Amino acid sequence: MRIGDFRESYEHDEAIWPTRVQRGWLGLLVLLLLCFPFGVNGYVAGVACLLGIHIIAATGLNIMTGYTGLISLGHAAFMGVGCYTTAYLAQRGVPFILVLPLSGLMAGLLGVVVGLPSLRIKGLYLAVATLAAQFILVYVFREWSSVTGGVGGVTIPAARLMGFELRNDHSVYFLIMPVAILLLIAARNLFRTRVGRAFIAIRDRDISAEVLGINLLHYKLAAFAIGSFYAGVAGSLLGYFYRAITPEYFTLELSIFYLAAIIVGGLGSLLGTIFGAVFMTLLPELLRVSVSYATQWAPGATSVLSSMQQIVFGLLIIGFLVFEPHGLLEVWRRIRRFFHLWPFRA
Amino acid sequence: MPLDFDWYELAEYAALGLLAGGLQALIALGFVLVYKGTGVINFAMGEFMMLGAYFFYTANVMWGIPALAALILSLLAVALVSALIEKAILRPLSGQPVISILMVTLGLASALGGGINAIWGGGHTYEMPALLPRTPLYLGDVFIPGQMIWSFLLAAAVILVFSLYFRYTATGVSMRAAASDPTTAYVLGVDVRATQRLTWMFAGVVGAVAGIIVAAITNLSPALGGVALGVLSVIILGGLDSIVGAIVAGLIIGLLESLTAGYLGGKVRDIVPYVIVLVILLIRPYGLFGTREIERL
Repeated sequence: MRIGDFRESYEHDEAIWPTRVQRGWLGLLVLLLLCFPFGVNGYVAGVACLLGIHIIAATGLNIMTGYTGLISLGHAAFMGVGCYTTAYLAQRGVPFILVLPLSGLMAGLLGVVVGLPSLRIKGLYLAVATLAAQFILVYVFREWSSVTGGVGGVTIPAARLMGFELRNDHSVYFLIMPVAILLLIAARNLFRTRVGRAFIAIRDRDISAEVLGINLLHYKLAAFAIGSFYAGVAGSLLGYFYRAITPEYFTLELSIFYLAAIIVGGLGSLLGTIFGAVFMTLLPELLRVSVSYATQWAPGATSVLSSMQQIVFGLLIIGFLVFEPHGLLEVWRRIRRFFHLWPFRA
Repeated sequence: MPLDFDWYELAEYAALGLLAGGLQALIALGFVLVYKGTGVINFAMGEFMMLGAYFFYTANVMWGIPALAALILSLLAVALVSALIEKAILRPLSGQPVISILMVTLGLASALGGGINAIWGGGHTYEMPALLPRTPLYLGDVFIPGQMIWSFLLAAAVILVFSLYFRYTATGVSMRAAASDPTTAYVLGVDVRATQRLTWMFAGVVGAVAGIIVAAITNLSPALGGVALGVLSVIILGGLDSIVGAIVAGLIIGLLESLTAGYLGGKVRDIVPYVIVLVILLIRPYGLFGTREIERL
C-alpha cells in the first residue's frame, strides 16, 4: 500500500514525475530503451522503430481529437505531407536535423488550412471535412508526379548522423526514439500551459471557452497546427525508416488506425496514447506470427490473414467502445489501484 | 465556348449523370434514414451494400434460387444483420460522444469488410447475372445504356415507396415523430427503441438494394464498398436530415461527376465529391435542405 505522497513545495507539486519511485522507474525505462536494440534482431528493431513513429503520430492526433475535441479522419494524409517534404528536401542534400522540423512545419501549415472549416463546423461534419481532405491530399500525392513521384513513389536517402549513415533499422532506432521521447515531453508540458488548457476548455464546451476569453479561431487552428506538426514529423521519420514510399501507404485506413489507437489507449491522455499505439502496433504482428505457426497445421491460414486482421481490428474498436470506453488507460489505473490498496482491498 | 461545341456530347453526359444521380440518391437515403432516426452517420453503409450484393449473388448464382426470391431473401438477411448490429452495438452507445459513435461505425465497417473478404475472397471479382435489361435508348443521337435507365427507375421506385411509407402508414408517422423529438414521441406512446431498430433495418435494406443495383451495373468485388463514401458529398450537400435534399443533391452531384469525368478525365472524378464537400461545409454547413442547428448553453 502506498502512503505519504505529500506535496510540500510548489516545485514538487508542478513536477511532471513527483515521486522518487517514479523517477527511478523512468530511469530504468530510458536505460532499457537505450540498450534494447543491441539485444534484438532486425525484425524486432524494425517493429520498435515503427512503434516510435506510431506513438508520435498518435500523440499528434490525441492533441487534436482527445484534448481539443476536433475529430480528424485525415491524419495519415498529414503524415504523407511530412514524408513527401522529407523526400523532396533530403534528395536535395538538406541534413535531417533541418528536414525533420521543416517537414513538421509543412504539415502544420497544411493542417491550418484544413482546420479552417473547424471554425464553422464540428463533430461529424468536421470528420467528413477532414475525410475529404484525406482523399484530396492522397490524390495530390498520386498525381503531382514531379514532386511526389506519382504512383511509383519516391526514395529517400539515408539520414546522416555524425558521419554515420543510418541505413539499418538498428541505427534508425536511435533517431526515432529520442525524437519520440522529446515530442512526448513537449506534449506533456503543452498541457501545463495556457495553450494546452485552452484546448481542453474548447473540448469540454467551446462556447463556454469563448465566453471565458479563449479565442476559438486561434486555438482551434493551433490545435490543428500542432497535431499536424506531430504527424509531419512522424511522416518524416517514416520516410527515413522505409526510405521508399508510395501514396498507397497514407490511406484512410491508416487515419482510422490512429483514431483506433487513441480510442483503445484512452482519449485525452498521453500515457493512453502510448498504450494504444503499442497495442495496435503489436497486435497485427502477433496475429501474423500466430498465423505463421498455424500454417503448420492449416496450410491455408495465411490467405485469410489480412481479412482476419481487418475483423480483429474492427471488433477491437467496437469492443473497447462498448465495454471499456476509457481504454487501456482505465485498465492500467484499475491494476495500479489494486496494488496501491493491496492487501486491504481487492 | 468553341463554335463546334458538341451539344449531343453534353446532353449525353448530363443524361448519364442524372441517371447515376438517382442511384446516389438511393444510397444517400440509407445515410439520411439513419442520421434522422438516430443521429449517426453510418460509415459502414458501403459494407451493407456489399452484404446485400454478396447475399444476392450467393442465393441467386451459387444456390440457384430465382432472382426475385433471392432478392427478397438477401434483403431480409441484411435487415436481420442490421437489426442485430443496432441491438448489440449502437444501442449500448446511444448518448455517447460523437467520436465514439463515429468510430464504432468505422470499426463495424472494418469488421464487416473483413468478414466479407474472409467468406467470399477479397481479391475475387464475381460476374453478376444480368438483372437489368440492356436495351439502350436513343434520344436523337444521344445514346443511353438500358441498365442506367432501369437502375434509375428502380432507385426512384424504392425512394418513392419509402416516402409514401413515411407519409401514410402509422409506423412511418411514428418513425418520423421519434426522429424529430424522441422524448415527446416516447411520452405519446411511440416505442422509440423499436422505431430506431426499424430505422436501421430500413437503412440496411436500402443499402442492400443499392448494392445489388451497383453490382449488377459494374460487377461484384469489395471495391463496391468505396462507392458509399463518395455519397457523403450528397448527404452533406442535401443536408444530413433531409430526404428531399438527398434526392436533389444526388441528381446534382451525379450530374457534376459525370460532367467532370467527361470533360476533365476519369481521375478527377474520384475527388470531385470531396472537393464539393469541402466547399459546401465552408459555405453552408447544414446543406441545401438540412436543419440549421442552433446551439445553446
